[in-house]
Amino acid sequence: MTPTITRTKAEPLIGKRVKRREDPRLITGTATYVDDIQMPGMHHACIIRSPHAAARIRGINVSAAKETPGVVAVFTGEDAKGVGPVPCGASLPGLRVPHHYILALDRVYFAGHPVAVVVATDKYIARDAADLVEVDYEELPAVADPEKAIAEGAPAVHPEWPDNVAFNFHQEGGDVNQAFAEAEVVLKQRITSQRLIPTPMETRGVVAEWKSGDKSLTVYSSTQIPHLLRTLLAGMLGLPEHKTRVVTPEVGGGFGCKLNVYAEEALMGFVAMKIGKPVKWIESRRENYLCTIHGRGHVDYFEIAAKRDGTILGLKLKLIQDLGAYHQLLTPAIPTLSVLMMPGLYRFRNISADIVGAFTNCVPTDAYRGAGRPEATHGIERMVDILAAELNMDPAEIRMKNFIKPDEFPFATATGLTYDSGEYDKPLRHALEVAGYQKLRAEQAQARTDGRLMGIGLSTYGEICAFGPSPATPAGGWESATVKIEPSGKVTVMTGASPHGQGEETTFAQIAADELGVDIDDVVVLHGDTAVVQYGIGTFGSRGTAVGGPALYYALQELKVKIKKFGAMLLDSDDVSFEDGVCTCNHSGRTCTLAEVSGAAHRAMKLPPDTPPGMQATYFWEPPNFTFPFGAHLVVTEVDRDTGQIQIKRYVAVDDCGRIINPMIVDGQVHGGVAQGLGQALYEQAVYDENGQLLSGELTDYAIPKATMMPWIESAHTETPSPVNPLGVKGVGEAGTIGCSPAVVNSVVDALSGLGVRHLDMPLTPEKIWAVIQKGGQA
Amino acid sequence: MKRQISVTINGRTRTDEVEPRLLLIHYLREVCGLTGPHIGCETSLCGACTVEFNGQAIKSCTMFAVQADGGRVTTIEGLASNGTLHPVQEAFWEEHALQCGFCTPGMIMAAKQLLDRNPAPDDPEIRHGIEGNLCRCTGYQNIVAAVRSAAAKMSA
Amino acid sequence: MIAQDFNYSTPATIEEALGLISGGEAKLLAGGMSLIPLMKLRLAAPGHVVDLSRVAGLSGISEAGGAIRVGAMMTHYEVESSALVRARCTLLAETAAMIGDVQVRNRGTMGGAVAHADPSADYPAALQALEARVTIAGAAGTRVVSVDEFFVDTFTTGLEPGEIITGIEVPVEPEGTGVSYQKMLQPASGFAIVGVAVRIRKEGGVISFARVGVTGLGSRAYRAAGVEERLAGTAGSASDIANAAAVIADGIDANSDIHASAAYRAQMARVFGARAIQAAVNRAA
Repeated sequence: MTPTITRTKAEPLIGKRVKRREDPRLITGTATYVDDIQMPGMHHACIIRSPHAAARIRGINVSAAKETPGVVAVFTGEDAKGVGPVPCGASLPGLRVPHHYILALDRVYFAGHPVAVVVATDKYIARDAADLVEVDYEELPAVADPEKAIAEGAPAVHPEWPDNVAFNFHQEGGDVNQAFAEAEVVLKQRITSQRLIPTPMETRGVVAEWKSGDKSLTVYSSTQIPHLLRTLLAGMLGLPEHKTRVVTPEVGGGFGCKLNVYAEEALMGFVAMKIGKPVKWIESRRENYLCTIHGRGHVDYFEIAAKRDGTILGLKLKLIQDLGAYHQLLTPAIPTLSVLMMPGLYRFRNISADIVGAFTNCVPTDAYRGAGRPEATHGIERMVDILAAELNMDPAEIRMKNFIKPDEFPFATATGLTYDSGEYDKPLRHALEVAGYQKLRAEQAQARTDGRLMGIGLSTYGEICAFGPSPATPAGGWESATVKIEPSGKVTVMTGASPHGQGEETTFAQIAADELGVDIDDVVVLHGDTAVVQYGIGTFGSRGTAVGGPALYYALQELKVKIKKFGAMLLDSDDVSFEDGVCTCNHSGRTCTLAEVSGAAHRAMKLPPDTPPGMQATYFWEPPNFTFPFGAHLVVTEVDRDTGQIQIKRYVAVDDCGRIINPMIVDGQVHGGVAQGLGQALYEQAVYDENGQLLSGELTDYAIPKATMMPWIESAHTETPSPVNPLGVKGVGEAGTIGCSPAVVNSVVDALSGLGVRHLDMPLTPEKIWAVIQKGGQA
Repeated sequence: MKRQISVTINGRTRTDEVEPRLLLIHYLREVCGLTGPHIGCETSLCGACTVEFNGQAIKSCTMFAVQADGGRVTTIEGLASNGTLHPVQEAFWEEHALQCGFCTPGMIMAAKQLLDRNPAPDDPEIRHGIEGNLCRCTGYQNIVAAVRSAAAKMSA
Repeated sequence: MIAQDFNYSTPATIEEALGLISGGEAKLLAGGMSLIPLMKLRLAAPGHVVDLSRVAGLSGISEAGGAIRVGAMMTHYEVESSALVRARCTLLAETAAMIGDVQVRNRGTMGGAVAHADPSADYPAALQALEARVTIAGAAGTRVVSVDEFFVDTFTTGLEPGEIITGIEVPVEPEGTGVSYQKMLQPASGFAIVGVAVRIRKEGGVISFARVGVTGLGSRAYRAAGVEERLAGTAGSASDIANAAAVIADGIDANSDIHASAAYRAQMARVFGARAIQAAVNRAA
């Protein structure tokens, strides 16, 4: 008997708070993360890492380690030097790219640099033997600060480039000199965005399995980009791509730091091929802090030009990017995204930016939630507040005055972007209303009279999402989807995006269920296995739903055409409609179900004219543009005069991410994004000492927000659909992070403005605030 | 030298020979095959490895398996009974209290401990009760909401 | 993440435990909240670990002779939730409730915390303010030392090799004693940047008794005698308190790290000291 799928009442799921379909396995502890994988004969790797930020390796003695019972191999840089370098996917004119061996050859460039690997039958044995590897280092001077690195006389990170400059990059639009010449006000400020450690709760991990009979390698990795990783790993290891498989099991958070190709991924492939056994490596938190990419790391010199009425005329930026010792996958490209986003939501069209990419003896920086855009937004939103303060204007008013107006879209920016759609004053007005802005200002005035330091801070942010049109990305910016209707009528979706917490198993099921008119329980969404899923790009840059979603939508449209052809054949009709999972003959009213249609398409006793059997469609969608979400965050703070501690009294977030597929998931993304923005604003900082030692090298010293440190977030939305894609979606993964930090800092600066404070760099630690108060506002 | 231990895990008693240095989390995950509790740090900070030992939430990365000899351990896998989710699990699902899910098993065990001791916590008490469990995805907001909702359901 | 191999013993009696550690090589394991992370990071690598969890006579909380005795193996949770401690030595219960997190309080023990002598730990501030006494068993018998003698330096105590802490004695608070423990958290670890524990008694509207214990500031928790002296005999007004708290860091070589400079720590000791004194004064009848 053919099972039937009925869905008589078409109630769209898009826009509904649908409970997540990935959750049952996660709340019962039955999901499989990399470290949960067990294989017969599996070995374990322990990596020996440099304790020094810069040193020459005089020699490595592995004999004692090798002799340890249970140890099967020890490899050093010399053994693995044939494996291709860790790739940099970004290109810039004149970019200096150091050769990045997977194990250090004769020199180490940052503390944590992998030097050797011990492989044993048991991870306890591997760990013991690692202590027996003797590395003879000749310590060298190191430099950990990007401004010091590019100053005269600094130690050279790479001896071949003594100035430590990896690249210079210039971009300008409009006529910035003219704008500054015409300006009635010019203000300058140095603004830093400190190095952050992404800290997904799951560290990285790799299991590699070599099938010698097939000469094929399977790599299980906690990554955001299984297909790109496969292509690049195959190249590094000299394997044919079709004999290299990457599987992404459950991923415990990425936030950009798993949008990469790491030495350890290739190293485990190399080890598995050498020993002919599966091998597992799980990163410790210490290694995660030392060796997985960091984010941010900017020193920005901003100059803003304006008229006295608050009209912004132009913006200049000199950006020094702390690159670390190497380029990881996108390292040098990240600050260029900051430049793109410099105009924010404002109409001015005169911009110039100069980036200096500085090598330091630190772990590389790369994409971390927001990747270049939080830095830019922080800068422009701080500069707008500084300008407002100078002109004695209300920060809301100056923003309204400079916003691009709804009838100006599509809007071409000075940095070469075309903003898709926006009504920028809507979320701001909404946030002001929710917060009760006028009342808050009155409260603030009273607080000041009472001697309390209360602040109100705004940020109106824009972001570039849905990465992206392929010409603007290093590796293709499209996304793919396959939809299969099984003979029973059940639906399998395969997305090239690789979600890891964003909930696309749910949102994509909502889209498919709506388009096909089936029950959501009849849809399953697969992802993250290159042997199962067609080529895809991955999940990052707020692109999962914004690029992967439309790919799915178009695949579904193709399939609906075929469904109707088979429906017409089964109903013997020349005019059928397909709705609610049922084909209906528009003449007779006779119907057949999706299961009947798919059954017929697979049984293929008879076929519609010019129609092959089967019921499957694959679509590769190239986005014509980025999307540009926006929003307004409003933060009320109070500063403790005696301690410098900051209390968040209110947090209002109004975000516009286009059309909302699942409001519950969207709010979750905002909450999490804000938590990371707040972490940057108040708590987090990767601290290296002068010798390149990471002092904030564990969770005991690097403060990611705990439950007690987070305020309640009052989250609301406006919905301005994007014209870039048929779903009208824009992306929301990074919004909270981008909107948060300037709102918090603006609020605290506002609280301290009575002392003459104009700017404070993050993180706003109690001591920093206390010191400013002690000095009467002098930072 | 290996030692024999006997531990009742999720209601079943088992006996194993273990090295004294074997951490309870490794024993649970690798010897017993219970991979629900996770490892997120080595400094007893993140709480992903939280399980119940003799009725109390503990971090199983900061305990040797030999210390559990003769004791009772409940992991996330043992929380649902006869296929029925524990109210805290149910509430986490209902309130979208998880994203990547890595911290979730430990977070649920900590939340359960809180409600065992304080059936009607207010928000600050909830936040205080889960401060030993780090989550990088949710900003804790929906976790707080879930614990609140589970408390209401459990006392109804 | 993985400790070095070790031998493991689970003595049943104090005598047996003393015998096992007499060689001086063994390390005592109580709750393990400090020792196990150190072993995992291989900053500690004892060849022999003696687990005290099955030793009789190290548990229990009881009152006798005007003092409360807390067995060395009592967890922070047992202390914070003990009806006896809450009623008769509130400061200790309130301090216990502010240590680490729930899971740490469920496993961590008072004896272990005291023996570790972390200069940023919470208990030592309260124990200094309480003029607590540490009961120690050794081959030569039992001895009792004041915590002031016991806390020698950072991670250094007066415990001799071959000795075991069996319990801690704190005085029962007379009715009307006002107490408070106020702490500035290091946001990552949850330890104290500074923590100040205070006990205050008043007679006829003036402070007749003041004890102030400070943690986090120096190399060891200490009693701020200068503060106590300045408080005694005053009415405990805001200016009295400020005047007293001003000397809380005097003579202390303040700690400095990436979380707080020495100057800031010292100032926070004054601020949190004043707050703790104020709270205690408010609670004193």
